[in-house]
Amino acid sequence: MTHMNKMIVPGELPSYLDQSAAVRARFDRLKAREVILKVDHLSKVFTTGKRETLALNDISFETHRREFLCVVGPSGCGKSTLARILAGLEDYTSGEVLLQGQPVTEPGSDRGMVFQGYTLFPWLTVKKNVMFGLEINGKSRHEAEQQALQWLQLIGLEKFAECYPHQLSGGMKQRVAIVRALANQPRILLMDEPFGALDAQTRARMQAHLLEIWRKIDITIVFITHDLDEAIFLADRVLVLSAHPGEVQELIEVPVPHPRSTNQFITPEFLATKARLEELIHKGAGHDAEEDEGTYQMVTRLTDVTDDVD
Amino acid sequence: MSDSGSLNSGAVLEEVAAQELPARLTPRAATRRKRGWFQVLRPLTPRARLLFGILSFVLPIAAWCVVSYVPFVWHPQVEITDPGSVDYLQVGMRMNKADFASIVAEAKSDHKDPPQGVSSNPIYLPAPHEVAKAMYTAFVTPPPTKDSPWLHQSLWHSIQVIFWGFVISSIIGVPLGILCGTYAAFARVSEPFIEFFRYLPAPAFGALAVAILGIYDGPKITIIVIGTFFQQVLIIANTTRKLDVALVEAALTLGTRNFKLLWRVVIPGILPDLYRDQRILLGWAWTYLIVAELIGTTSGITWFITQQARYQHFDNVYAAIFIIGIIGLGTDIVLALLARRLFPWDRGLAKTA
Repeated sequence: MTHMNKMIVPGELPSYLDQSAAVRARFDRLKAREVILKVDHLSKVFTTGKRETLALNDISFETHRREFLCVVGPSGCGKSTLARILAGLEDYTSGEVLLQGQPVTEPGSDRGMVFQGYTLFPWLTVKKNVMFGLEINGKSRHEAEQQALQWLQLIGLEKFAECYPHQLSGGMKQRVAIVRALANQPRILLMDEPFGALDAQTRARMQAHLLEIWRKIDITIVFITHDLDEAIFLADRVLVLSAHPGEVQELIEVPVPHPRSTNQFITPEFLATKARLEELIHKGAGHDAEEDEGTYQMVTRLTDVTDDVD
Repeated sequence: MSDSGSLNSGAVLEEVAAQELPARLTPRAATRRKRGWFQVLRPLTPRARLLFGILSFVLPIAAWCVVSYVPFVWHPQVEITDPGSVDYLQVGMRMNKADFASIVAEAKSDHKDPPQGVSSNPIYLPAPHEVAKAMYTAFVTPPPTKDSPWLHQSLWHSIQVIFWGFVISSIIGVPLGILCGTYAAFARVSEPFIEFFRYLPAPAFGALAVAILGIYDGPKITIIVIGTFFQQVLIIANTTRKLDVALVEAALTLGTRNFKLLWRVVIPGILPDLYRDQRILLGWAWTYLIVAELIGTTSGITWFITQQARYQHFDNVYAAIFIIGIIGLGTDIVLALLARRLFPWDRGLAKTA
């Protein structure tokens, strides 16, 4: 998959570091905003029996208010672990995670999370799923219902308010999961490969949906993905991690201008950024990753089709 | 693939719109594919389901009919129709074929009138029509003595014993099971002992229960509680542990804490499975009934069965046993239908009901 664009000669592309004036001005405004999330020298060691594995090593970065940050990296780089630490579902070994200056110690409604699996509560209707967080956090039933219906309107699913999750398609479920998290008005929305289980067309539509939602409300998003196109399409900045242990390789400012559209997938800025990401991911995966997953031995050809069409 | 249509039914699917065409084609493709009865992990058609469901009752009854009505199948005894010259024989008496043959031979050698008989099954195996008749007559036949109960009274007594045994067990067992499944500390402090206790046969506590609770319903209910409770805690704890952790994590990130997590996520999350467990456990409670009713003064349906067996009315014995089966299966079917109403979201229903 990552070899798809090998044919592009880097010399023909602009540098991914080149930004148009509009893009640069946008980043300047973005960085002038307050810091919402600050991750400072974060490390995580998993202990299984007597073996200790360093999953995340010395991760530091900041996100600003209303920023869209994507985290990419080869498998095993600990990007999901990072999201879970930020959510408070996993503890960390050293360093600090600060949300608006407050250390993160446990899960809370100030950080919403959308998981890859569909985690809608199957016993609640779509509307009641969205109401769940609101009621838990002390809103009256009536108020929660009003807000839930507004959120469903935002994603165009108000007709499905009384449906149960099993009656929805995967993409619809994830849209409900997103507004369920957003209904609590968290400071930050963590998304752990939320579209990973969806088919390609649905995923593309969901990305557009997400950008649309993000444009309309005041939310900072940290989005974990292994899909580089997705990362570039969605993100203001892309945090690239390397594997074994997970370390920050680079925090890339995406030079693709806003508003984003699918036409931009073939613009020079997009391709330059993608080429850079591929270079980093390839390097970051290292040798042991390939050994882990096994390589093809191109020795024998086990086919008896004799027509010579490959 | 053929399931995708039914899975999404009831919703107009925006997401699938793009692939609508191939999705519509699949059911037709599925009907074209060869359909057999022996396909691994494939559901039957509704018609085949009904057919096989009826067969599951028809087959054993048919076997019983063959043994009862086909004279050369089994029939190890002879029922006397005419005692002839043998004075110790009576009409309706049964005896082994070999004995009958020797009596006949003896009578013939003495030049006396030999007895007549037809081959028959032992008295403990009545024919289906006799049992079917008994299912009705057992209810309308007055009890042998004035103060003893009618069959329907005996049955009602048994149902009450089962009900209270199961309710008392559930009042403690269900919450304890959920707590054990939710909190590892609860599980650790109670489950090892419960594991030990569940191997102790409930009837073994009969004498003890009589000594403590007297001879009436107290010890009977106790036996059913002992038989149900320990399994109940372990089964429900396991069911609780099978709850998808991701749901709990999602609730945590929505700000759910402590008791609300238990009340609003764990319990509703396991409810359909919990209900299924209770249905199975109720079935087990019935199996403890007969033993329980023998303790102290014999009562309920057990009293009826032992009485009828004493008079060798085995058609009534079978009728009573089948009535227990009918009540048990009937309750379970009603509970299963109720579950569809109670848990409209439950995807496991299709598999069990």
